[in-house]
Amino acid sequence: MLKAYLQTFKKYSRLIMQLAHNQITLKYRKSYLGMLWSLLNPLLMILVLNFVFSSIFSRNIENFPVFLMCGRLIWDYHSESTKSAMGSIVGNSSLIKKVYVPKYAFPLSNSIAALVNMMFSLIALVIVMIFTHVQLRWTMLLFWVPMIYVFIFSTGLGLILAALNVFFRDVKYLYGVFLTLWMYLSALFYPAESLSEEAQQLIRFNPIFRYIDMMRGIILYGVMPTIKDNVICLSVGIAVLAVGLILFKKAQGRFILHI
Amino acid sequence: MKKNDIVIDVDSVSMVFNMSKEKIDSIKEYVIRLAKGRLMYTQFTALTDISFQVARGEVVGLVGLNGSGKSTLLKIIAGVMKPTSGHVEVRGNIAPLIEVGAGFNGNLSGKENIYLNGYLLGFDRKFINEHIDEIIEFSELGEFIDVPLKNYSSGMKSRLGFSIATSVNPKILIVDEVLSVGDFKFQEKCKKRIAEMMDRDTTVLFVSHSIAQVKELCSRCIWLEKGRMVMDGEAKEVCEAYMSK
Repeated sequence: MLKAYLQTFKKYSRLIMQLAHNQITLKYRKSYLGMLWSLLNPLLMILVLNFVFSSIFSRNIENFPVFLMCGRLIWDYHSESTKSAMGSIVGNSSLIKKVYVPKYAFPLSNSIAALVNMMFSLIALVIVMIFTHVQLRWTMLLFWVPMIYVFIFSTGLGLILAALNVFFRDVKYLYGVFLTLWMYLSALFYPAESLSEEAQQLIRFNPIFRYIDMMRGIILYGVMPTIKDNVICLSVGIAVLAVGLILFKKAQGRFILHI
Repeated sequence: MKKNDIVIDVDSVSMVFNMSKEKIDSIKEYVIRLAKGRLMYTQFTALTDISFQVARGEVVGLVGLNGSGKSTLLKIIAGVMKPTSGHVEVRGNIAPLIEVGAGFNGNLSGKENIYLNGYLLGFDRKFINEHIDEIIEFSELGEFIDVPLKNYSSGMKSRLGFSIATSVNPKILIVDEVLSVGDFKFQEKCKKRIAEMMDRDTTVLFVSHSIAQVKELCSRCIWLEKGRMVMDGEAKEVCEAYMSK
């Protein structure tokens, strides 16, 4: 059973990569700077945010640009991959109507395409780290760990959203609003320590905050993530992915009737 | 028919659609209808208990009036839809359904669509690179191959679709009313191509409203009416019965 699944996955893996590749090339088609935008965008964004937050609000966060970028790297990935995965089944209806494809290829290719963007954000982060003379630490070598956790989590959520969106197109609008709320609850622009005791307890239920916090610890503060932390982060992601896969598998037979 | 020669095995397939008056695709509507207890559908039976087998190398025509279930049946065989009951077994890879104005991703160029298509059929880049010149040549698209598909005419799309689906040498080819577009020269080319594929033992399922084409290309013919199989037999006989009805 599992072997058969893996075989189909292998057969269609090239297709998934090609879909991801199309996603990326189509995004920047007809722009002069093309892929360079993936690098410029986070850099320009950080200039704006740094200006807004350090001159309008006065905050005393050590190395605010890097603090912000660690959070945005995780958050932007999460938001981009889930949003694009959500519309992937409906958006590829002309293909799905013509030939058998394992349907998960579409949301999965979207989360992979978003990974490429995260790599560019990572380069932008390194550039800013060099400019702001961040102290080198051994923990920095673990930068990929929270990135993998968020990949698993967001892919799972993307599968759920993609399936729901086929039956209820409202999901797209609801999720857009929900994402805004979620962003402010992920301590992107402020340190969690500035919250009240209860709020600090509550925010730990937000997996995205946990990934961001781990990233900041690794890059900025030289904090080694504890085993407990890793177990929680990984198991939340795997749980969401499992729910996503089961839900998606159950629903996919009826996609064709609704697209 | 020897057992290992059968490539398509359709076993008592029925397809029932739930037709709500309007398609419910918003939560609000769903909840309102659920509350009113009106989540009932009128049922529409598209196919009733269809069974047949197709052997390797056969070219089977499907005829029937509009709404007789031909396209639904093709979609089920292609694996795009699951039947309500019964099951279909297919041995070998199926080329994507070729339909009028078919096109996969309008924003991608013709060339990129060729690659996408190849991967869909499970081929690797090397294989596609070997065949791409042949595909482009057959489609007669020339320099338009680098233009996004959304700017193609329906004839151009059909030509590309047909040449992609037939060049990669699939085991099973499904042609849904495509030869009616395109000029007579391209139609001739397509017929020649289908004849070539028949020599290579490709199984072809062919839907057309042109009885002359069915008679010319097919060895066997299935006649559907209102989702039921009326006749299955030698192409000439079935076509004549269908026309004289």
